[in-house]
Amino acid sequence: MKLEYDLVIIGGGPAGLAVALEAEKNGVENILLLERDKYLGGILPQCIHNGFGLQYFKEELTGPEYAERFIAKLNDNQIDVKTETMVINITPDKQIIAINRDNGLLHIQAKTVVLTMGCRERTREAIAIPGNRPAGIFTAGTAQRYINIEGYIPGREVVVLGSGDIGMIMARRMTLEGARVKAVLEIMPFSTGLIRNKVQCLDDFNIPLKFNHTITRIEGKKRVERVTVAQVDKNLQAIPETKEEIDCDTILLSVGLIPENELTREAGIKLDPVTGGPRVNENRETEVEGIFACGNVLHVHDLADFVTEEGEIVGRAVDKYLKDKRKYRPQSIKIIPGVNITYVVPQHIDFIVPERKKIKIFMRVKKPAERVRINLLDDKGRVLGSYKKRIVTPGEMVSVYLPEALLDDKLKNITISVKRD
Amino acid sequence: MEQNKIICISCPIGCRMTIQSKDGKIISIIGNACPKGIKYAEGEFINPLRILPTTVKVIGGEFPLVSVKTEKAIPKRLLLKAMIEIAEIEVKAPIQIGQVIKDNLIGTGVSLVATRNIKKADSNLCS
Repeated sequence: MKLEYDLVIIGGGPAGLAVALEAEKNGVENILLLERDKYLGGILPQCIHNGFGLQYFKEELTGPEYAERFIAKLNDNQIDVKTETMVINITPDKQIIAINRDNGLLHIQAKTVVLTMGCRERTREAIAIPGNRPAGIFTAGTAQRYINIEGYIPGREVVVLGSGDIGMIMARRMTLEGARVKAVLEIMPFSTGLIRNKVQCLDDFNIPLKFNHTITRIEGKKRVERVTVAQVDKNLQAIPETKEEIDCDTILLSVGLIPENELTREAGIKLDPVTGGPRVNENRETEVEGIFACGNVLHVHDLADFVTEEGEIVGRAVDKYLKDKRKYRPQSIKIIPGVNITYVVPQHIDFIVPERKKIKIFMRVKKPAERVRINLLDDKGRVLGSYKKRIVTPGEMVSVYLPEALLDDKLKNITISVKRD
Repeated sequence: MEQNKIICISCPIGCRMTIQSKDGKIISIIGNACPKGIKYAEGEFINPLRILPTTVKVIGGEFPLVSVKTEKAIPKRLLLKAMIEIAEIEVKAPIQIGQVIKDNLIGTGVSLVATRNIKKADSNLCS
């Protein structure tokens, strides 16, 4: 089967849904959304907890409710959707090969492609925990799917490794369903998740959170029987004298997320080693013209609301691309992460947009810091802009607005650094 | 005099506050960086409330469970008690988002509502 579309979106999670709706709203016709699962919404339907939508809708929703707001709108629109459809290849000239049960093999020629494949969880193998290989070791998101979608409890006596949001949320979820969460271990001296989750998921249920701790060994014949945990030193190496054993039958891992970019690589797009996603300009367009990326496939976000916001940027940009309403700058302006900045998105600014007043720059810091300024510096170290922040932490994405007026044709680089105020 | 420690969740700063009280009455709150902290600490001290999100068993649906939440926040101390009552509930598909699954959950006056649409299962694909 051969198809042609102006816009093909790969992945029907919050990013893909936002792109589809915003593009349609701006006049893009002939849109196809491809999703490999049975239903739209991506990870949201299994994130049954509340806390979504506070930024975007100014009200508190659960994950499935947040997704439904967009899915319901999509059903009212002329957007083609194919679920249970797996994309297996994308070429740089925007040919997509996909398969599903109804159509068999699909050859789709797109004018624009948006990559919204999301991310996946790091596993035990990624962090190489020594020991046996028994059953009972899950990533937190897998356990979340078992409990919230499929109706299985993965275990009864649980140790959670990693204090990311999913890990803490699953500690509460397992407790509510009658399991005993013995500890949440965090190798860093600070939580990588939101403070709200630390309080409402761990403190509410007296679940201990041990900073500077990790699992050094997993033991068990068929099923997990116990773990050895230890405190770590400044170099994150286990301190042998602090080792202790905890009996448990289940380990949940919440040790980070990796943008899922196999298709991106197939399309010949190089990845940023820090974000794990493609490098993009302010339209979230990759180095291949007309192929865009947004949401967790680009960089891991902490709030779905920010994913939606980014999807809408792309929805509008796709319309401009299709109508050829773009004017390139004489030279691209690179945005470079400086002191205490892990990464910035977008990585460069390519266009002259006279009606634009400011560009929102997202970033993540390396270490928590209080009472700081986020400074934007030019090549000569001159401060172009300076923004006060009461607190910055790696768990919460930081954003600043770069005023359009600061961008001139001679500017090559902008470095963003955190400085004590 | 009693002391309670509370971490504020109003913003990422996460102020560690201490509430001093006597006979259930607040005498002082310290450690907050802004007025939001006081309001949060008072609420947490007098009657901490939480929305309870969980799942309920579905009969004849495309999925075996439907996600649900308490329509309003309920007292924190009742969360586990509410879970015991919710474990007994079964609901028939189809289910509409917002549909009341159980009213007056454990006598709180708060309803349990569906947070997802669930269609009927295809006849030959019962899960």
